[in-house]
Amino acid sequence: MIKAEQKPIDEILRYLDPYNKILLSGCGACVTVCHAGGEKEVGLLASALRMERRKIGKRMEVLEATPPRQCEPEFALELAETIEKVEAVVSIACGVGIQTLTRYFQNIPVFPGVNTTFMGETVMHGVWEERCQACGNCILEKTGGICPIARCAKQLLNGPCGGSSKGKCEIEQETDCAWQLIYDRLKGLGQLYRLEEIIPAKRWGMESRDRGPRRIVREDLKV
Amino acid sequence: MKAGSNLEKVLEKGMFAVTGELSPPKGNDVSVIKRKAGLLKGYVDAINVTDNQTAVVRMSSIATSSLLIQMGLEPVMQMTTRDRNRIAIQSDILGATALGIKNMLCLTGDHHTLGNQVDSKNVHDLDSIQLIDCVRTMRDQGTLLGGEEKVEGEIKLFIGAGENPFADPFEFRAIRLGKKVAVGVDFIQTQCIYDMNRFKEWMKMVQDRGLHEKCHILAGISPLSSGQIILQLKEKILPKVIIPDALIDRIKKSQKPDEEGVRICVEQIKELKEMKGIHGIHIMGMDQEEKIGQIVDSAGLLPRPKVE
Repeated sequence: MIKAEQKPIDEILRYLDPYNKILLSGCGACVTVCHAGGEKEVGLLASALRMERRKIGKRMEVLEATPPRQCEPEFALELAETIEKVEAVVSIACGVGIQTLTRYFQNIPVFPGVNTTFMGETVMHGVWEERCQACGNCILEKTGGICPIARCAKQLLNGPCGGSSKGKCEIEQETDCAWQLIYDRLKGLGQLYRLEEIIPAKRWGMESRDRGPRRIVREDLKV
Repeated sequence: MKAGSNLEKVLEKGMFAVTGELSPPKGNDVSVIKRKAGLLKGYVDAINVTDNQTAVVRMSSIATSSLLIQMGLEPVMQMTTRDRNRIAIQSDILGATALGIKNMLCLTGDHHTLGNQVDSKNVHDLDSIQLIDCVRTMRDQGTLLGGEEKVEGEIKLFIGAGENPFADPFEFRAIRLGKKVAVGVDFIQTQCIYDMNRFKEWMKMVQDRGLHEKCHILAGISPLSSGQIILQLKEKILPKVIIPDALIDRIKKSQKPDEEGVRICVEQIKELKEMKGIHGIHIMGMDQEEKIGQIVDSAGLLPRPKVE
């Protein structure tokens, strides 16, 4: 799922300096799971914002909402009535959810309250790690189900660089070397021969992420 | 002959090759290159010119290589995939060969967060194996990547790559070298050898795969200088090299650690010369170019051959 982290409160307060009545909107999906932008975090951040503003003698009214999925127009549109009552919106949904509000509510400023960081999984309670960069042409079949694009700092497709040591990446001692993981996995599966395959240069431009914003059109689903 | 470089000729004639290394200046002062070139002239068959090693900005490898040619020395232009996409890579190869560069070393490059431009966007459009494939395609098929577009003129490059027998997963290192051979690498320079036992184990895997017969392997050595430097190596560059405690002790206990470091290199060369599949040595000075001549001289590798 998409992972995010709340921005420092001072930064959010700076955005909100000119406003006295805002909507703080979270999201019931991904950011709820990573404890960055769910209903609970909406409540906590709303209280914190009110308190900080009170401290400087400037009142701020903060309305709260947490649509089940802010990136879905039908849920985003349910915020319409509330948004009419405020001067600005802070969204602590991911960057996608924030832009859904921007698209539907053209006349009101919408500010991010989180930094959207990556697509990842929970490795233990309170720890998430990146697993996918949505490159657009999945190669997990070739790499034992472990992605070197998301998990190798150099996105190497044909094996580890010279900086892999004792299972770790030289640039971050806490980070597993993706190619060590791939090696161990294929060894366990009895498929080390797969490492001999030369993976050609990736088509970043035409079938991957470097041709601008991507779009999926499903004619069978369009209305 | 693939490129007709001096290094290629020495290796093809079966002579024990010696390459050195020159770090371009952290500026545009040509006198630095002249001084370093002077220290290497006559002692090596070709000189690697690093490409912003450790991701620290220096004069470009192409420009420095071109200046070395003007000074009568033969460069091995290093090129990393860290800073260039395939457009820039191919364009630079066209330019480099036009300037008379005949050897090229294909590298991934040190990660940019280890250098002095940590906020840059890294590229890694290709990896080092795909880079070798790209250069070989330009040279042997006369086309750009993608195979359609013809290159005007001829690309003549003797293609090299690095390999680190001291990185992990250890068993993968020979497999990966096999991939480099499969895409057409001509020569390999290894990371600095301090742990000879591990190097021998790696060579055994290389020999079992017959790779030593399909490319020229130049063993990398670099003089240890003082306990302080060793400590720095251990802490900062440790993942890339393994320095056995016995060597560290030798340097620490020595009255003249610099001379001891050179002596260790000379002993290593003697051992490496006898090893099946080692066709030469690559001496990395780590900014102490003056020691390269001392090592080559003490190892009895002078005069360097003149080949036609």
